[in-house]
Amino acid sequence: MSATTQPNVDVPASSTVQNLTIGKAINLGLRAAMEKDSKVVVMGEDVGKLGGVFRITDGLQKDFGEQRVLDTPLAESGIIGTAVGLAVRGFRPVCEIQFEGFIFPGFDQINSQVAKLHARTQGRIKVPMVIRVPYGGGIGAVEHHSESPESYFAHLAGVKAVTPSNPVDAYWMIQQAIFSDDPILVFEPKKLYHMGTLKAPVDTAAEPMPLFASKVLRTGTAATLVGYGPTVKLCLEVAEAAAEEGNELEVIDLRALSPMDLDPVFESVRKTGRLIAVSEAPSEASLTSEIAARVQQECFYSLEAPVLRVTAFDTPYPPSKLEEHYLPDLDRVLDAVDRSLEW
Amino acid sequence: MSDMSSAEQWTHPEEGDLPPATAAKPTKDQVIAGLRATSEGGADLTQLLTPEGERVPSQIFDPYVADIDFEALRGLYKDMVIVRRADREANAMQRQGQLGIWVPLLGQEAAQIGSGRALRPNDMAFPSYREHGVGYARGVSFKEMLGLFRCTSMGEWDYQAHGFHPYTIVIGNQVLNATGYAMGQKFDGKVGDDDGEATIVYFGDGATSQGDVHEGFVWAAVYDAPVVFFCQNNQWAISEPTERQSRLPLYQRARGYGFPGIRVDGNDVLGCLAVTRWALEACRHGNGPVLIEAFTYRMDAHTTTDDPTRYRLSDEVETWKLKDPIERVRVYLTRNGGADASFFEQVEAEADEFAADLREFVFTMEDPPPERIFDNVYAEPSAALDKQREEFLAYLGGFEGGVH
Ligand SMILES: Cc1ncc(C[n+]2csc(CCOP(=O)(O)OP(=O)(O)O)c2C)c(N)n1
Ligand SMILES: [Mg+2]
Repeated sequence: MSATTQPNVDVPASSTVQNLTIGKAINLGLRAAMEKDSKVVVMGEDVGKLGGVFRITDGLQKDFGEQRVLDTPLAESGIIGTAVGLAVRGFRPVCEIQFEGFIFPGFDQINSQVAKLHARTQGRIKVPMVIRVPYGGGIGAVEHHSESPESYFAHLAGVKAVTPSNPVDAYWMIQQAIFSDDPILVFEPKKLYHMGTLKAPVDTAAEPMPLFASKVLRTGTAATLVGYGPTVKLCLEVAEAAAEEGNELEVIDLRALSPMDLDPVFESVRKTGRLIAVSEAPSEASLTSEIAARVQQECFYSLEAPVLRVTAFDTPYPPSKLEEHYLPDLDRVLDAVDRSLEW
Repeated sequence: MSDMSSAEQWTHPEEGDLPPATAAKPTKDQVIAGLRATSEGGADLTQLLTPEGERVPSQIFDPYVADIDFEALRGLYKDMVIVRRADREANAMQRQGQLGIWVPLLGQEAAQIGSGRALRPNDMAFPSYREHGVGYARGVSFKEMLGLFRCTSMGEWDYQAHGFHPYTIVIGNQVLNATGYAMGQKFDGKVGDDDGEATIVYFGDGATSQGDVHEGFVWAAVYDAPVVFFCQNNQWAISEPTERQSRLPLYQRARGYGFPGIRVDGNDVLGCLAVTRWALEACRHGNGPVLIEAFTYRMDAHTTTDDPTRYRLSDEVETWKLKDPIERVRVYLTRNGGADASFFEQVEAEADEFAADLREFVFTMEDPPPERIFDNVYAEPSAALDKQREEFLAYLGGFEGGVH
């Protein structure tokens, strides 16, 4: 296995390196951004004293005060709409949406103001704000707590979106998003927040990779797997399993959802001839549709099989006792790999 | 200018006594004093039964509970005990891994039973997600309500027969839905006399900040919709106290929309029953909407995943223990000869039995079949989805006999 960069490799211990979970990495990333620029404010429901329901903002209000970390009234349109005003005024607001299922009262503000102010005013008004969205399933929750709505936002011109799959990206992406002059949604795979097995050394003195770049995590020649956020871990596990059967799969972490950086995917598919895109979102009119469309356009003569997608079904998220059937898993992705190889 | 020691004073300034513009904002203490005004502090709190079990006469509201004799009061007592027992059992079952999550109602029994028992069969109730007591009062089985929390369903009962809509988790959504339902009751000609229908909708103190709730108030006012907005102010929206949502006692918001608002002691089952009947009657006769703020307290965590020690003091919880909704009824019944020891023992025994039955049900509850994922996504057939279902079943079939 010849991984380009593995998040799990050992890094020599130094004062700038810490072994972190994704959740803690975001916490430290937020802290670093707040220390760097006093205009960075964190706002959302329960983000202050409680530190957010996932504790991602833990300790920030205590250290930066109630004017930098706002426990807002309970209204998402209010959170996002006032963040727009703060951004116009020169602040860099970081909004936390408690769970992805609750972003929709704020959708109007995102669609109508956040995404359009810059173009409407021909750049006279910038909206440098971040919307953090815990997303994805597999946590045994009640409804509205496990969805993957990222495609709505990728579809929306004027906002960008990224998603980390590991602590290193988690630490840097939040900071890069905060200091970007564009509005950016950071989709955070909530199931992975506190997963100890994903802990990795994060060097806070390192040079981060560009924000809007996908990344080859494992090289192979048999077929290409592309995933993002919560499905990256799954893709790596699939590659591991396939390797035992002699099939070396290439694994790409999309990282940026909008705009997507598909050049590494095209390059990979020109080599492997096969692509399987894996996502927890339903397939209809989704990011995986977009990937399939662009790959067939760019790699038409290299394809040995149609682009296959392993996704959730085109139904509402089911009661979570059934989520193991709803979400892509090892067997379903391996099944797709087999189908692709046998095409 | 007088010093403004209560929220009331700055809300209703005397003529010629307007504060200078710079002083218009109440201090933090004034806000909190207004919001937190309890039976001791709030002249506007309607209460028929004090925490000590004293009956407080009320010219306006006594007629609404004139039929509540000892027997009826024993019934309300029993409802509350059963609901609390079921709540504690569900909480325990979550701890044992039998439920995915539980949303406790502990402390809110009087608000839920009092208002729930005020409804008539033809009335409609729209709950949020904590209203297991209202559901019980509407005749929905606790077993049916637990599916949502065991994550086997989204909550399936006969909504129309019980007059109890599905739970709504997205804060505030149901307030608009209830308003629309009430508009329908009116458009159907079911409003205007004693036999009129009405709708009640439940939401929390935190929810009052949502746009949907404000829009519901506006719609209901414009269409004279027969809807009772029943806000259980349990003092907390997860970790945020009510002063994160409002400067003004919540019931006073109604004035801005042009309908009556009233604050009732949410731990007083008699008060909640009377005030809700009063409000429903106004709605039935076409004089809705009405806002009720049931002033109560969330005695337990927000949900079983919450840790309230991170944001609130146990002193506060201890103070509210003294205002327990069940204990005051017990004291009243005992002191006035409305019930004897054997009654209370019998209720305990029934509650135990209720809980044991619930427990057995949950422990033997089966998971739904995987193909349930595809069921009822649409009312009309969808060929595309049928194809996905078939492919999924074929894929699942491949595992049978371990051949995959
Ligand atoms: C639109 C939306 N945003 C956020 C949440 C997450 N959330 C669930 S309950 C809750 C607090 C609700 O407080 P309150 O309205 O006072 O009702 P209570 O839970 O106290 O009964 C929050 C923020 C949600 N369910 N829906
Ligand atoms: Mg509350």
